[in-house]
Amino acid sequence: MRQIRNFSIIAHIDHGKSTLADRLIQHAGMVEDRQFRDQILDNMDIERERGITIKSQTMVLPYTSRSGELFELNLIDTPGHADFSYEVSRALASCEGVLLLIDAAQGVQAQTIANLYAAMEHDLAIIPVINKIDLPSADIERVKDQIDHDLGLDSDTAILCSAKEGIGIEDVLEAVIEHVPPPSGDTEKPLSALIFDAHYDPFRGAVASCRIFDGSLVPGDIIRFMYTGATHKVEEVGVFHLSRVAQKKLSAGSVGYIIAGIKTVADIRIGDTITLDSNPVSTPQPGFKDVKPVVFSSIYPISSDDYPSLQDALDKYKLNDAALVYQKDSSVALGQGFRCGFLGLLHLDIVQERLEREFDQAIIMTAPSVQYKFTLEDGSKLTIENPQYYPEPTSIKQAMEPFIKAIIILPERYMGAVMKLCLERRGSNPRVVYPTPGRVEVTFDMPLAEVVFDFYDRLKTVTQGYGSFDYEITEYRESELVKLDILVNGERVDALSLIVHRERARDLGVQVCDRLKEEIPRHNFKIAIQGAIGGKVISRSTISPFRKDVTAKCYGGDISRKRKLLEKQKKGKKRMKMVGQVEIPQSAFVSVLKTRDE
Amino acid sequence: MNNGELPGLYIHTPFCRSKCIYCDFYSVASRTMVPAWLEAIRAEMKLYGKDFPVFDTLFLGGGTPSVLEERELALLFESIRKHFSFGPDAEMTMEANPESLSKEKLDAVARFGVNRMSLGVQSLDDTDLQYLGRAHDGARALRALRECREAGFGNVSVDLIYGLETQTLASWKKTLDLLLEFRPEHISCYELTFSPSTPLGKRKESGRVRPIGEKMEAAFFIWTSRYLKRHGYHHYEVSNFSLGQENMCRHNRKYWRHVPYLGLGPSAHSFAAGPGAQTRARRWWNVLSLREYCRLLGEGKAPVSGFEELTSEQFDLETLDLGLRTEEGVDIGFLEHFSKDQRVLALWRKSGLVRVSEGRVRPTRKGFLVADSLALMMSK
Repeated sequence: MRQIRNFSIIAHIDHGKSTLADRLIQHAGMVEDRQFRDQILDNMDIERERGITIKSQTMVLPYTSRSGELFELNLIDTPGHADFSYEVSRALASCEGVLLLIDAAQGVQAQTIANLYAAMEHDLAIIPVINKIDLPSADIERVKDQIDHDLGLDSDTAILCSAKEGIGIEDVLEAVIEHVPPPSGDTEKPLSALIFDAHYDPFRGAVASCRIFDGSLVPGDIIRFMYTGATHKVEEVGVFHLSRVAQKKLSAGSVGYIIAGIKTVADIRIGDTITLDSNPVSTPQPGFKDVKPVVFSSIYPISSDDYPSLQDALDKYKLNDAALVYQKDSSVALGQGFRCGFLGLLHLDIVQERLEREFDQAIIMTAPSVQYKFTLEDGSKLTIENPQYYPEPTSIKQAMEPFIKAIIILPERYMGAVMKLCLERRGSNPRVVYPTPGRVEVTFDMPLAEVVFDFYDRLKTVTQGYGSFDYEITEYRESELVKLDILVNGERVDALSLIVHRERARDLGVQVCDRLKEEIPRHNFKIAIQGAIGGKVISRSTISPFRKDVTAKCYGGDISRKRKLLEKQKKGKKRMKMVGQVEIPQSAFVSVLKTRDE
Repeated sequence: MNNGELPGLYIHTPFCRSKCIYCDFYSVASRTMVPAWLEAIRAEMKLYGKDFPVFDTLFLGGGTPSVLEERELALLFESIRKHFSFGPDAEMTMEANPESLSKEKLDAVARFGVNRMSLGVQSLDDTDLQYLGRAHDGARALRALRECREAGFGNVSVDLIYGLETQTLASWKKTLDLLLEFRPEHISCYELTFSPSTPLGKRKESGRVRPIGEKMEAAFFIWTSRYLKRHGYHHYEVSNFSLGQENMCRHNRKYWRHVPYLGLGPSAHSFAAGPGAQTRARRWWNVLSLREYCRLLGEGKAPVSGFEELTSEQFDLETLDLGLRTEEGVDIGFLEHFSKDQRVLALWRKSGLVRVSEGRVRPTRKGFLVADSLALMMSK
């Protein structure tokens, strides 16, 4: 056990986490240089494009230290976004130390701090690593200053590296050996293993990634999931190299996988504790949470014929993403679809993109909503995340909405713009800290509903890319809510309805009407768009008709040419949703809440 | 449909004195191949003589048929008469450009049976004509009109183009006013079209010319329709006006009503309705190259480059689209093929795009302007 190190890399988005991970793998001789594919750990297309890790992977790196000792370094990769903070926390609970990666040019950002707090919560050894030192804009002294003052760490221990250029990689590995303590644990005690990840293998079923704290595990053992109570017979245990490598045994201190005839990832709860059915531990590993979705949106097929195929795609997708929840939903405007719950906005984006790309689904997503809680006059309680089921307004005694603590880090010069943005979004109770000169850390209480749409984009815009943001959900608070309906040529479009705060209703009503005016193409008749609360119109816009589209000439007897053009246009129309006679493009449904850049 | 009506014959004369910048009909700016074309078209007539024995319209189009010399026209008509017959009161149209007309040519074609002259005037404003790359000026066009009347043509049609950058509503009115002194039996007013394959289309792409914009186009259209109506013209198709119902172009109406027609010459299109309800309507078209056309016919082959059979869906879509481009409109019952939903029709009527009379849904002026999208709205 003395030769084992379990560690993670944590970083703000884009600070180079995956590149460093790849370098460590390469340095450990796991891949030939010429086979070296950039960012091995991020092996989904979307991950590579966005430069973020969504699904974490774990790998064991054999490393011979400068002193000549052979070590087994378990790199536990973590997802790099607040939506997956629970998964991050379970991965961290499986480690003894972390590399806290900081971009030498950008310095400490909101997620750097959020990640640091998370690592401290687990009492982990923290090694600051300053990455991208090769950049012309790198300012190592400034970052060291931030490490001392913003983070309260010792900048003398910081490792300088450039993962991209392969500079300082060995220093990083040596620091892991030196500063991350070896795991403790007792192989003689009853088995206690923490599940920190799960993925789906079409041939073997769900595969659980876990950290063994005590005891050991061999194929043939009957294991029990302590939270779900389910038992399974272990078929295979092993460790992760570039692919899975089966082992005879997993013992206390190590990190590996278990295959036990488990059907789907939904049968495995991240954070659950595995023990032996015959000799169970008395208490599970701490920190288990039943993760609940916080953002909801409906997904509809563009063509109603594709409903079964969408159902099939969601079922398949769900095999590998336990966090997605969905149930049948229907809309007058959009037909049959699914109401889906997501961990956050990034999760929503990922599901949408993967359904479109990997499952070839043409879908419409409605504007995201959070979950509201209502107490009705008759005393009954109601939880609603779909505007369609908004209760009769006169029957509502009390309405509640979820609030977050939002942490924003920004250069001081953007303070005014950020304050304005947060106050517009009903932010309150601002707390401002100036950790280092020129930089501000500001914390707001905000309704989650105000950040589920384009808040991050807006923040990036008003801070010219320098602002960073992180949040955690805190509590439900009483709120004055109304349902905003949208009417297109007098017809209510249920899929466009929104639950909004009364004070924001007019602004949002105007915004939605304006957005739809931009999104819906002109027709040959006038289109009226209205926002209404309980039948009272609060906003409107009009799409004036186009005056002319006729082709002057039918080209003599060449009627086919005209018809072919028509057939082509007809095909294009299939990408639209018809509401009454109005063609509404796919993008309109989700973009209604997007604010325009001034 | 319309099987009772005799088919029409179209002959494509692929020669022009020069190419106009806006035109995307097939033609060559050289007369070198006229003899070869005459020989080839005679061979093509022979191929179809049996299937299309009788017509009741002839349309000699192009290109510019009037670039043909008298003796060439004589040879052409000799071939036509040899292979085909025409019903009584057949409408026989010939297209001509002012600069290539002469009293002698007009007398000759009248003798050959042409009873309707269609003049490519385009504009009577010299700035417009230069912009369009036309070979005549306004004065020559007016003289050609006079010559047509003097040669005894009681049915004259004039093609005009509007929507040019060089035009104002006032200058366009001047062209119409000068023209209306002749009271032509038929006027086609085409809005300038920027076909990508033409020099004008390329100039638009590179930003060297600009369309006048939707608002102005609509204004020109509505104004023209009203003005010509005030002068007794019947706006019977998007771009066509006739002095009374009797002067509508019988040949063109066949295209729009699924009446069969035979097109001869390079690039010409033909249409045949099925002989029975089981057989589908067919359309075929000739090669787009004069050389290829002559070569194929020289080898005794049909110069056809494409062929299609219309599905009933396609047939109906065309009926809808073509119908909604004409004052005749479409049968209200026919619309049920597309949608039993009465709301589309209600919306059209409310928006002033169509009116319903005698069981037919007819586009209004505003409706003509958006005719392309009307058909699209109704079709599934």
